[in-house]
Amino acid sequence: MFLLKQRSSLPGFHLALGYTVFYLSLIVLIPLSTLFIKSSSLDWKTFIDIVSAPRTLAAIRLSFSTAFVAASVNVFFGFMIAWVLARYRFPGKKIIDALIDFPFALPTAVAGIALTALYSPHGWVGRYLYSWGIESAYSPLGITLALIFIGLPFVVRTIEPVIQELDPELEEAAASLGAGRWQTFGRVLFPVLLPPLLTGFNLAFARGIAEYGSIIFIAGNMPGKTEIAPLLIITKLEQFDYTGATAIAVVMLTISFILLAITNFLQWWASKRIGIN
Amino acid sequence: MSIEVKGVSKTFDTFKALDRVDLNIETGELLALLGPSGSGKTTLLRIIAGLEVADEGQILFHGEDTKERKVKDRQVGFVFQHYALFRHMTVFENIAFGLRVKPKHLRLSDAQIKEKVHGLLRLIQLDYIGERYPWQLSGGQRQRIALARALAVEPKVLLLDEPFGSLDAQVRKELRQWLRRFHDQLHITSLFVTHDQEEALEVADKIVVMNKGRLEQVGTPEEVYHKPANKFVLNFLGNVNFFHARVVDGKAYLGNAMIDLPDLHKNSKTASLFVRPHQFELTRQPKDGSSLKAVALTINPAGSVVKIDLKSEGGDTFQAEITQEEFQALRFQKGDTIYVSLRQVTYYEYEI
Repeated sequence: MFLLKQRSSLPGFHLALGYTVFYLSLIVLIPLSTLFIKSSSLDWKTFIDIVSAPRTLAAIRLSFSTAFVAASVNVFFGFMIAWVLARYRFPGKKIIDALIDFPFALPTAVAGIALTALYSPHGWVGRYLYSWGIESAYSPLGITLALIFIGLPFVVRTIEPVIQELDPELEEAAASLGAGRWQTFGRVLFPVLLPPLLTGFNLAFARGIAEYGSIIFIAGNMPGKTEIAPLLIITKLEQFDYTGATAIAVVMLTISFILLAITNFLQWWASKRIGIN
Repeated sequence: MSIEVKGVSKTFDTFKALDRVDLNIETGELLALLGPSGSGKTTLLRIIAGLEVADEGQILFHGEDTKERKVKDRQVGFVFQHYALFRHMTVFENIAFGLRVKPKHLRLSDAQIKEKVHGLLRLIQLDYIGERYPWQLSGGQRQRIALARALAVEPKVLLLDEPFGSLDAQVRKELRQWLRRFHDQLHITSLFVTHDQEEALEVADKIVVMNKGRLEQVGTPEEVYHKPANKFVLNFLGNVNFFHARVVDGKAYLGNAMIDLPDLHKNSKTASLFVRPHQFELTRQPKDGSSLKAVALTINPAGSVVKIDLKSEGGDTFQAEITQEEFQALRFQKGDTIYVSLRQVTYYEYEI
């Protein structure tokens, strides 16, 4: 028989499960399903037309590709920052630690304005980049920069506790068995860190796809070039094209769902290998 | 390989973990570092392995200074207290780890590695669990895997940090006998850290008793147990009773009982005597002038020996152990008057 519950001394399973389902339905499932219901008022051909319009395709492609690149960059540098914070003691560590959370707390529009001021052709950083021919604002690069800023804490905060809990004895054991530093990292530490890295990637990626506030200032918002999908949705809403907006939303939702399902599966697979779950 | 420790000191912040330690370890010896926690035994082991760097002093392997040698080049097998097995690798891969990370020109072929690992698994009598993961095993099994993993790279020295520390009593006993037999087969120079005197006495060829970062005594189990160098060693290895004796004309007295102590200084006034529980002889009648009159306070006949708590006329309380056969013959009961004579005194000091 399919066992729903293992006997446990803690009461409240049915109540907690019921509440969870109810709450998730109210907060997540019902709003999402209205999205599908709304878009189903479109007939199939109009839906395809809206979704396959060059402007829509470009926006969706831009949103996913910048989010992907930003999340990848964050995994790499976020890992380094988390490692330094977890492993070393140095003056000013507390301050750096607090700074990591900054993108969480900052209103995204403020972040967007600050980044634009920095990377625009006359900004502090932008003026040098532009003189080398690098368009740091009003370009996909600018969007990516904003998403890196927004996504960093997700990666750092998911990996840091795992690094802290790594037993230094594992590294010592590897060294006493003749492994070099890179071998120790690749064979002993990395496999354990892979699941949280994937989780961090997942979160940063998901956040990047959904990000709006910080991007619209730095993106330039040229249709077909630097217009992200969430902005396109807003534009359609402002033109009272509700069904058009929901059609794009449904596509984004579907793609996001598939991508997150894949990364979740990878993460489950990686955790299973190291004996978590 | 022989190991020489020369004047090694180590301080952590303000805590002096090791204070100018000198120690020679012969090739093929099984040596126990015994001491209470904080005595510096684990620090000494880690310095020998190269996991910790000494503030002063030298570690010589076969007469050669190891200062420039990194952990990975020391050919030292280290078994950690909590095993430090790689949880994402199977038992087989754990043991093969040291073989797989070798530089390419020294690395064995896959087939050779397989053969070697299976050989080690047979040696530790766990041939059937090669494909399992460490978290699926019991503590005793993990300990043996950790040992096999350390042995796979054919180290010249085997270092074990509290190898049986986190196992339950039954498994502990089995594993330490197993370690003894294992060492007799391989004859690899081995050091293990323990705070359990019974373990050290049972397993080691030689025991190093440590306290507060210093060596108190180095000797065979027999030497440290029967001829302790000082009070600390005496107290740390087994139970001991303390008596305060008067000294008159070079003879020690406990109450009216005269205790024969060789080499007692003529001018001394008092002496402290330390007597192990099995060194008493208990009788119903006084034997001669050396018998001490006492009363039995409690009697515990459960166990391989009978433990009797006694109180002497002079007010000293002490514990004696007699064999079950003696007990059957004498049939002491609580409150009985018992005459006690000292067969031997383990250790004494005198004050002038």
